[in-house]
Amino acid sequence: MATVQPVRVRAGRGVELGLLALALALGVAAYALVGLGTSDRVPAGVLGYGLGMTGLALAMHAVVRWRAPFADPVILPIVVALNGIGLAMIYRLDLAEGSTFANRQLVWTAISMVLAAGTLIALRDHRTLRRYTYTAMVVALVLIASPLLPVVGQTINGAQIWVRVGGVGLQPAELAKIALAVFFAGYLVTNRDTLTLAGPRVLGVALPRLRDLGPILVVWGASLAVLVLQRDLGTSLLLFGLFVAMLYLATERISWVLIGATLFGAGATLAAVTFPHVGARFDGWLNALSATQYDKPHGGSYQLVQGLFGLANGGLFGTGWGQGRPDIVPYAESDFIISSLGEELGLTGLVALLLLYAILTERGMRTAIGVRDGFGKLLAGGLAFVMAFQVFVVVGGVTRLIPLTGLTTPFLAYGGSSLLANWVIVALLLRISDDARRPAPALRPALTPAGGTPVVVSGGAP
Amino acid sequence: MNTPLRRLASMVLVMFLVLIGSATSVQVFQANRLNNDPRNVRTLYREFGSARGPIVAAGTAVASSVPSDDPFRYQRSYAAGDLYSAVTGFYSIANGASGLESVENDVLTGRGDQLFFSRVRDLLTGRSPEGAAVETTILPAAQQAARDGLGDQQGAVVAIDPSTGAILALVSTPGFDPNQLAVHDSAAAGAAYTALAAAPGNPLRSNATRERYAPGSTFKLITAAAALSAGYTTATPLSSPRELALPGSTATIQNFGGESCGGDTVSLADALRISCNTAFAQLGMDLGNDAIAAQAAAFGFGDDSLTIPLAVVESVVPTGLDAAQTAQSAIGQRDVQATPLQMAMVAAGIANGGVVMRPYLVATVRAADLSVVSQASPQQYSVAMTPANAAALRDMMLGVVQSGTGKAAQIPGVQVAGKTGTAQTTQGAAPNAWFTAFAPADAPRVAVAVLVEHGGSMGNDATGGQVAAPIAKAVMEAVLAQ
Repeated sequence: MATVQPVRVRAGRGVELGLLALALALGVAAYALVGLGTSDRVPAGVLGYGLGMTGLALAMHAVVRWRAPFADPVILPIVVALNGIGLAMIYRLDLAEGSTFANRQLVWTAISMVLAAGTLIALRDHRTLRRYTYTAMVVALVLIASPLLPVVGQTINGAQIWVRVGGVGLQPAELAKIALAVFFAGYLVTNRDTLTLAGPRVLGVALPRLRDLGPILVVWGASLAVLVLQRDLGTSLLLFGLFVAMLYLATERISWVLIGATLFGAGATLAAVTFPHVGARFDGWLNALSATQYDKPHGGSYQLVQGLFGLANGGLFGTGWGQGRPDIVPYAESDFIISSLGEELGLTGLVALLLLYAILTERGMRTAIGVRDGFGKLLAGGLAFVMAFQVFVVVGGVTRLIPLTGLTTPFLAYGGSSLLANWVIVALLLRISDDARRPAPALRPALTPAGGTPVVVSGGAP
Repeated sequence: MNTPLRRLASMVLVMFLVLIGSATSVQVFQANRLNNDPRNVRTLYREFGSARGPIVAAGTAVASSVPSDDPFRYQRSYAAGDLYSAVTGFYSIANGASGLESVENDVLTGRGDQLFFSRVRDLLTGRSPEGAAVETTILPAAQQAARDGLGDQQGAVVAIDPSTGAILALVSTPGFDPNQLAVHDSAAAGAAYTALAAAPGNPLRSNATRERYAPGSTFKLITAAAALSAGYTTATPLSSPRELALPGSTATIQNFGGESCGGDTVSLADALRISCNTAFAQLGMDLGNDAIAAQAAAFGFGDDSLTIPLAVVESVVPTGLDAAQTAQSAIGQRDVQATPLQMAMVAAGIANGGVVMRPYLVATVRAADLSVVSQASPQQYSVAMTPANAAALRDMMLGVVQSGTGKAAQIPGVQVAGKTGTAQTTQGAAPNAWFTAFAPADAPRVAVAVLVEHGGSMGNDATGGQVAAPIAKAVMEAVLAQ
């Protein structure tokens, strides 16, 4: 007798707490090992640091229990683990270079987690955000353009991607990607029918109508403007990738992806030919090991090659915490934290980190599949993708798979804006996943006598 | 919208797989090339930053890494200064490495394939990896005796245990102090290197293994060996004119100092004992160039792949010579050239009943936990003579020391077999003095070759018997005293 048996939905908060304990142990142990590796002593601050991180994580856990009790239990522990490992590496580099990045990163972690908790508390339903679709667009455009503004904008290392407000430097593009995801999700969920309408078919590919190309051309123009005006290949790639992915999610038409990729490829090639700094990036990538690129005083491949040396030094198992020389690589704590980690934790550690990211984004994708409303699907899918894509662009750049760009590795790398933005993304994913996994009250088994299988109920004969 | 989400999720997974592939490519497949890139300072830091294994002679470290307070963490130190420079070579940040420091680098750093299991254990136990110790076959007393004997003279000494091939002494003078090159101050190390590279006698190059010299009369051992294998006996009379006119040329061969060899004929044994040039030149012409070259090759001449594990430059006997050239080559002149190590191998082969053992310098490689990683086992290198012929040649060599040119090598109570050599080099320059010997003759424990360039302290008046034999004697005594 096959009947549909209602199964009590496991909220997973206990699992989350257990995994959090593991994640915290990972971060604190890494911190302690840094001390043992460099000076054969457990660092004096390990207790305070451990208690601080534990306090923050438990507070976050409590907020999730309170405000999003059905949220995905894996997301938060993964992020805490990545954040902790990043902090340990930044601390390790501080010891080698005499800098104080770790303290600032710890403060930024606290601020970010508070902000993420605030987002979870304030935002009771992610659909509220849909009301702010066009506000989000304006915010995104202002954020993207802000580094070009005369007073607050700053050029650091040739890239004009910084603003300085009240003594704090920020990379607004990091925050812009959230606003853009909200805008795209709102815009696309409204216009997806128009966009999906059959256009002419050429060679079996359904092309969109020309007038529907409007938005994609605008975003294409904006991301190329970022590339050219702000000299920031990474952000440009990221924003464009986000848009194309979400467009594909909304329309299910691969032609958008092909058109997008072609347009971006053509634009980037044109930029490489026309603008010397973009072309130099490509040269430094293709001929990284050549003496001319390596010895160039600016814009050469010195940093990339030093990062490769670091990765090679790590080999299969790594040198161990505190026993490599990641400090030789310029920007080892931010842009090149992947090569620092690859050197000291080896390929084994690097693959483990990549798998953490993979699980994190797949959990985001699962959330998108599970949630019922189109806006939530697009937003969760877009946010999960942009995180994965950012990791791809950074790690691909450091391992010389693609040209090097100036993006940060989410949660691992030093940088306040990046931490802030990615923790907010996590809060949004937690919020949407709570909705996705929450049992629908209207679909109680008693009220669905035959065949009404709610999404959250898994079927099967006992 | 779930279908594109699933596809996107799959694409994201593919992206991560590509990243894992890319990281693997860099960290595994390209790692070797990147690690060996000359621009990679990590390789230096890593090599110098880990405890490099010591090079040991008879239980005492002659090269060792001691902790230092600079970024490299360890300083290579050579306790005995220049005594072992021909053995250890140097290990320098600025100038690379030479000698055992270079050829045994993999085990000294602990990176060698033989040390794979040690590395895995270090990885699992969290112990910082340490290099393995290279234990040499050098006998410090013999090394010291050789060094003392050469003193300020340019030359080389090689002593071998004839029954195993173990090298007991390996000295080249002028040597150098590897400590000067091992300093971490690149400028000072570079200056020391430049000075040594330009110094007379080329101290950085080992005379024992990397330089060739005309072997002079010590080569008569090979001519005599060829004669014995051609059916001659020790008593076979050889024609020994005061002056031998060479066919097809205006040149003549005379005896040392223009003296007679004591008659118109002389026995093979006496010819060797008094080192009669004319007799051996005629003998060479009678035997022919091919027979002599073949005998030399049987002792190791012409082997360009010999490593001890230091690479040894090959010794040369030309082939295709005419009669006059053959006559000159039979007494170790003309284009015959040999390393001191090669001449030690000749003596060792005769001492060992005609069997030349493969010479080796590394007895044991021992991991940091004192487990044996590899151990040398004596290997036969070649069979150069029959036991009977070797015994006959040994008896003739005994005559050299008892009543011939090599009396300076006599050791009371020990039968010493030897052969002197005094090789003219360039016109007007003082001759190179040679002595090669082994002892005790009935049960040899040491074979030795000594070369003193340009007559050493005696200049033009030098002979092998006067200059080189006493050094050989001292080295043999040092070995026999053990």
